[in-house]
Amino acid sequence: MLRRRLNRLCGGDEERVDSRTIYVGHRPCPDTEAFIPSKFCDNRIVSSKYTVWNFLPKNLFEQFRRIANFYFLIIFLVQVIVDTPTSPVTSGLPLFFVITVTAIKQGYEDWLRHKADKEVNKYPVTVLEDGRSVKKESEKIKVGDVVEVVEDETFPCDLILLQSSREDGTCFVTTASLDGESNHKTHYTVPDIEKDLQTLTSAIECEQPQPDLYKFVGRMHIYKLEQEPVVRSLGPENLLLKGATLKNTKKIYGVSVYTGMETKMALNYQGKSQKRSAVEKSINAFLLVYLSILISKAVVCTTLKYVWQSKEGQDEPWYNQKTQKEKDTNMYLKMFTDFLSFMVLFNFIIPVSMYVTVEMQKFLGSFFITWDKDFFDPEIQEGALVNTSDLNEELGQVEYVFTDKTGTLTQNNMEFIECCIDGFQYRYRDTQSEVDGFTVTDGPVNKLQQKAGWEKEELFLRALCLCHTVQVKEAGSEVLVDQVDGIDGLLGFIASSPDEIALVKGAMKYGFTFLGLESKSMKIKNRQNDIEEYKLLHVLNFDPVRRRMSVIVQTKSGETLLFCKGADSSIFPRVRPEEVDRIRMHVERNATEGYRTLCVAYKQLSAEEYAMADTGLREARLALQDREEKLMAMYNQVEMGMSLIGATAVEDRLQEEAAETMEALQGAGMKVWVLTGDKMETAKSTCYACRLFQRGTELLELTVRTLEDEKLNRDQKLHELLQEYHNKAVKDAPPVKAGVTRSWSTANQDYGFIIDGATLSLLMNPPHDADASQYKSLFLQICQNCTAVLCCRMAPLQKAQIVKMVKNSQGSPITLSIGDGANDVSMILEAHVGIGIKGKEGRQAVRNSDYAIPKLKHLKKLLLAHGHLYYVRIAHLVQYFFYKNLCFILPQFLYQFFCGYSQQPLYDAAYLTMYNICFTSMPILAYSLLEQHISIEILLHNAALYREIANNAMLRWRPFLYWTVLGIFQGLMFFFGVRFLFSNPALQDNGQVFGNWSYGTIVFTVLVFTVTLKLALDTRHWTWINHFVIWGSLAFYVFFSFFWGGIIWPFLKQQRLYFVFANVLSSVSAWLVIIILILLSLLPEILLVVLRKPRGHHSQQLSEDSSTDTNRWLRSLLSPTRI
Amino acid sequence: MKNEGEASEQPDNTAFTQQQLPAWQPILSAGIVIPGFLIIGLAFLGIGIGLFLTSQTIQVLEMDYTGVEKDSPCFQCTIQSVQNCTCEVTFSLSALFTGPVFFYYGLSNYFQNFRKYGVSKDYYQLTGDTQYFKSPRDVCFPYSHDSKNNPIVPCGAIANSMFNDTFELYQIINGTKKKVPLDGKGISWWTDFNIKYRNPSSVNGSFASAFDGTVKPINWPKAAYELDLTDPNNNGFLNQDFLVWMRRAALPQFRKLYRRITEGDYAGGLPAGNYSLTVHYNYPVLSFDGRKKLVFSNVSWMGGKNDFLGIAYLVVGSLCVVMSVVMLIVYAKFKFSDDDDA
Repeated sequence: MLRRRLNRLCGGDEERVDSRTIYVGHRPCPDTEAFIPSKFCDNRIVSSKYTVWNFLPKNLFEQFRRIANFYFLIIFLVQVIVDTPTSPVTSGLPLFFVITVTAIKQGYEDWLRHKADKEVNKYPVTVLEDGRSVKKESEKIKVGDVVEVVEDETFPCDLILLQSSREDGTCFVTTASLDGESNHKTHYTVPDIEKDLQTLTSAIECEQPQPDLYKFVGRMHIYKLEQEPVVRSLGPENLLLKGATLKNTKKIYGVSVYTGMETKMALNYQGKSQKRSAVEKSINAFLLVYLSILISKAVVCTTLKYVWQSKEGQDEPWYNQKTQKEKDTNMYLKMFTDFLSFMVLFNFIIPVSMYVTVEMQKFLGSFFITWDKDFFDPEIQEGALVNTSDLNEELGQVEYVFTDKTGTLTQNNMEFIECCIDGFQYRYRDTQSEVDGFTVTDGPVNKLQQKAGWEKEELFLRALCLCHTVQVKEAGSEVLVDQVDGIDGLLGFIASSPDEIALVKGAMKYGFTFLGLESKSMKIKNRQNDIEEYKLLHVLNFDPVRRRMSVIVQTKSGETLLFCKGADSSIFPRVRPEEVDRIRMHVERNATEGYRTLCVAYKQLSAEEYAMADTGLREARLALQDREEKLMAMYNQVEMGMSLIGATAVEDRLQEEAAETMEALQGAGMKVWVLTGDKMETAKSTCYACRLFQRGTELLELTVRTLEDEKLNRDQKLHELLQEYHNKAVKDAPPVKAGVTRSWSTANQDYGFIIDGATLSLLMNPPHDADASQYKSLFLQICQNCTAVLCCRMAPLQKAQIVKMVKNSQGSPITLSIGDGANDVSMILEAHVGIGIKGKEGRQAVRNSDYAIPKLKHLKKLLLAHGHLYYVRIAHLVQYFFYKNLCFILPQFLYQFFCGYSQQPLYDAAYLTMYNICFTSMPILAYSLLEQHISIEILLHNAALYREIANNAMLRWRPFLYWTVLGIFQGLMFFFGVRFLFSNPALQDNGQVFGNWSYGTIVFTVLVFTVTLKLALDTRHWTWINHFVIWGSLAFYVFFSFFWGGIIWPFLKQQRLYFVFANVLSSVSAWLVIIILILLSLLPEILLVVLRKPRGHHSQQLSEDSSTDTNRWLRSLLSPTRI
Repeated sequence: MKNEGEASEQPDNTAFTQQQLPAWQPILSAGIVIPGFLIIGLAFLGIGIGLFLTSQTIQVLEMDYTGVEKDSPCFQCTIQSVQNCTCEVTFSLSALFTGPVFFYYGLSNYFQNFRKYGVSKDYYQLTGDTQYFKSPRDVCFPYSHDSKNNPIVPCGAIANSMFNDTFELYQIINGTKKKVPLDGKGISWWTDFNIKYRNPSSVNGSFASAFDGTVKPINWPKAAYELDLTDPNNNGFLNQDFLVWMRRAALPQFRKLYRRITEGDYAGGLPAGNYSLTVHYNYPVLSFDGRKKLVFSNVSWMGGKNDFLGIAYLVVGSLCVVMSVVMLIVYAKFKFSDDDDA
């Protein structure tokens, strides 16, 4: 005992006990000798990354972890330490600027997170303390506090339900924001708890926090005065989870067991890791290439320098003698410092400012998403929200879309659409003025009668009214109209599934109204407005294996009836086959239309039959062992030999334009996976409705149901099925041609894949570890060849697992997750891009997403237009930056061959510093914000265009090579063009000669103009801003050069550029060489632009074959015989 | 819980925010490009021809006087021991060398663009700031102080290595030497002479005393205030030869303007005949395998003789014309095939 106490006192962390003890209301319990308040974390939710104190060091550390920043830091330090050709300011200033801008941006983003956290943490809650209710901030809740929660409030932490305002000690909860299930769940109080919570003395022992939402094991010791303490076991039905909402219960009291980051909700979040876009990865790859170019340049120069110096008289000519110190320095040290000096001289090849520009582009560019009025939703009065601007371009690269179902694809708003009674279809029409609005729209043609028999109709509607577990909402509490509850008119219903409400409401439309359940008797109002009463004898609850439910009722006349409703597959075998055929057709048609179908059957029980059923059921319920199995057997026995009355079709209303959006996404080459916690049937019908599965799609099902096999165990069956599906979908599929990896176009037969959570966990963690990787790869291969994949019954973390698996699969495709509830948070965080829908299920998803949009339909524009444009813009930005710095530094490198490898800069320091910051930065920034190489309308209209940029098309090695070659070509042009001109430096008509700074200035002028005009050639979308910035930059360069050379600058130690620019411009030869070099450098580019197929409005039809995009002209040029 | 983004109201519906700014979408169609190329090509050809012809009219006379070969006139001056060596270079012109004639000296394998060499000067000294006479900037080291630790003015490697060969040009008419007047003015940049470089102001009326306490650069035969005693405007830091030298050449092979021939009988150029050039040979270049040259040249609107520019224009111009023709052919073919497709 003592040891345990010691353990708890000193650092429970190292030796975590596997259970925790909580004293309700912090009151000590009799059998513990001393009350030791154990330490638990507080109820604060922290999603922010920094605090005020650690911001600076942590942020700096994070930033210098980037290769580029670290590199600049090194260069800066080298410049400070070693005597180098350029001053530390030239690289220190831009670096400082980059670091500051990034820090400010990240600080701002974190501040927003802090604000959001604060909102949650400061949310007022009521805590019961010493008999009084005390208002507290949510974050102050401690483990053991008794918390009061009122209706429609969310629970501030994980609570054990102690007391409910409902008489039966239950409360209703919706966990929509946790697992996406919006139905009401019943939770129970712990029995034997005194009414007065103040005197309640009890201790709860429960497991340490774990993320599984559906598991909880605990024990509650209740001490009563002068009585033996009672021990009650606690299960998930006693635990109210943080994030869930109290419904239909005025008030509950609960004791908090897990708080803050230890709540199940918080544990289901994944650690935030910074998301890096694929573009950034490309940048890093290019960076390494340029780094090696840089190093090899420096190595080449250093080597040649020493080779050159070894020649007599070259090393130290009399006119340039070394200091004694230089002579004494160790040769290898000298080599090393020379190497560093060259590094510094050429370091501009890796552009510091690219990072600033990329950051700015991302930051400013993201405003276009926020501003877009197409994303504005008048209902919630909000537009899109951008949480991370780092991923804009990733929106143009998405290959896999993982979507949640409830609230994302569907509105979670069930509606009764039609029913079929005895083979006749009935569809409710508001417009028709028939008395009951109940019309037959079609029916078996061979029959003469128009409607099913009156009795059948009535029986069917009665069945609908009776066979459910719906409760009528008490009057008075319906002030808040909740859509999920489906309040319509006067009555509000509560049910464990929205389908049931839809059915009851459907029956209501046809004249049969369920009035409620009072002391075991169900009241319904029939078409004649008479009240009928039925005695409810038994409810045979729904369960996912049986997939049906039944009620046994007794009519007034003493008849005993069993009504059963369930999925077609579970009802058809239990009814007479001749009835099935009449209805099956309707059921199947409804199912393919995306409706959720249920079949309704009934059976009249004779007294003996009922007696048998009754005793059987009662015995099974009381059984202590194998209760479940016994009940199941009994249910199956009772639900036999029924007769089918009809079927219903309920629509889970899709989000606006859900099907169109999904179609567009698939057209754009994305694969859509639906990940849902919902039931398979429901999810499947949604997939049909969204046209993810189509009529011809062959479904490959890998679920608990298909794994049931008498002969094989689950594992073997799984293996067998995987193999079978693999053969079907992968091996038999026509071979995929190289280059056309998108399977949508290759498969003649469309496949859809369905898997459920249990099977997935079996697949991920098979009994034999060795199989795991094989299963995974089989699974992935199957999925990659399916048009759509449906994963149902997923726990939040499983969703993330799936995303992770796909993300890490071969070729590491870009994934996007979209969801609206807290149950989607983990997958939103896991995917490359996480999108939150500003839905009804709270704000968790929005807060953790990278982008939030009001509706699903906005995804189309976000990806097809914004994503595409951002990608093209940033890809061009990156390539352009590397290119322009290559042709900036190449002449400087070449100049070393003409200056005795002495690290003499070709350009003045001002030009070196300003080139990237002022002269060439604005045009590319404007371009990268405004460019629309294809107009938004065409992009939206033609989803296939999205595939043109798939697989990071513009940042692969080929385009990179093209840009690099272009940069080298131009760099050579600039340098040698001027070099030949300077073979006679007397370039003025007064015979005076030009010096080295004139040389550099001419090269630089050509450079600035060429690089800017190159961008002008690339610009397809000239707004006034582009004009202003491009011509403005050039004008600024000219103005600056005049200005810089026009004044003796008092703070400069040398006036190298004084009057150089003006002098250069006074020479006709300089003008002529500038013009011809610009033209010559751009000539290949102009030719390419001309030869490239113009992408006007008519080009959209042609864009289907993207491979021919290069141009037909060029090919016809290369192979004239083709024509 | 409250909405977070309560600030986000209806977004601005402007052309900019909706990315709907009116824009010009240039399409470089064949209809524009082919004539464009043709026009540019023809224009370039025109300029090229002009440049080439101009360049051809420019007369250049180059003479290497380093004295490497034993039979060359300045060979004896290359021997170290000879002090104040003079040698005579003769040449003859068969036709009039049209004036104004520019007289350059050229050095090769001489790296005025060494980085350390390039920074080795004290700009403040050269603006006449006597404060810096006593303590030259560190960059001048090892040319900042002499062995007795006296400050050098002007300090630094550039000044120290100033080109100090001098030339006198004579026309030989009937055996007698007639001196050709050489104009040393206007050979440096106007701004260098008038603005950038300044002499220290005289102390007590004596220009030389402004340099008190300093010593001349080690390699100089005389101090800065003695560079041109005949003309106070050409003395000190404002000596034109000094200014020309201080403007560093871009490449290791360079020429610098030495004098202009603009006066007297020779204003119209050097008439045909024999000439003799007296070289006061002081500047050593053989230690680093350098060469010294004399260049007489006249200039045109494009400067000195430079064939590169003319040829470049001709090449690019004809390239453009050829390309426009090729494009025209391809375009015609493409158009036909396009019609076939349609």
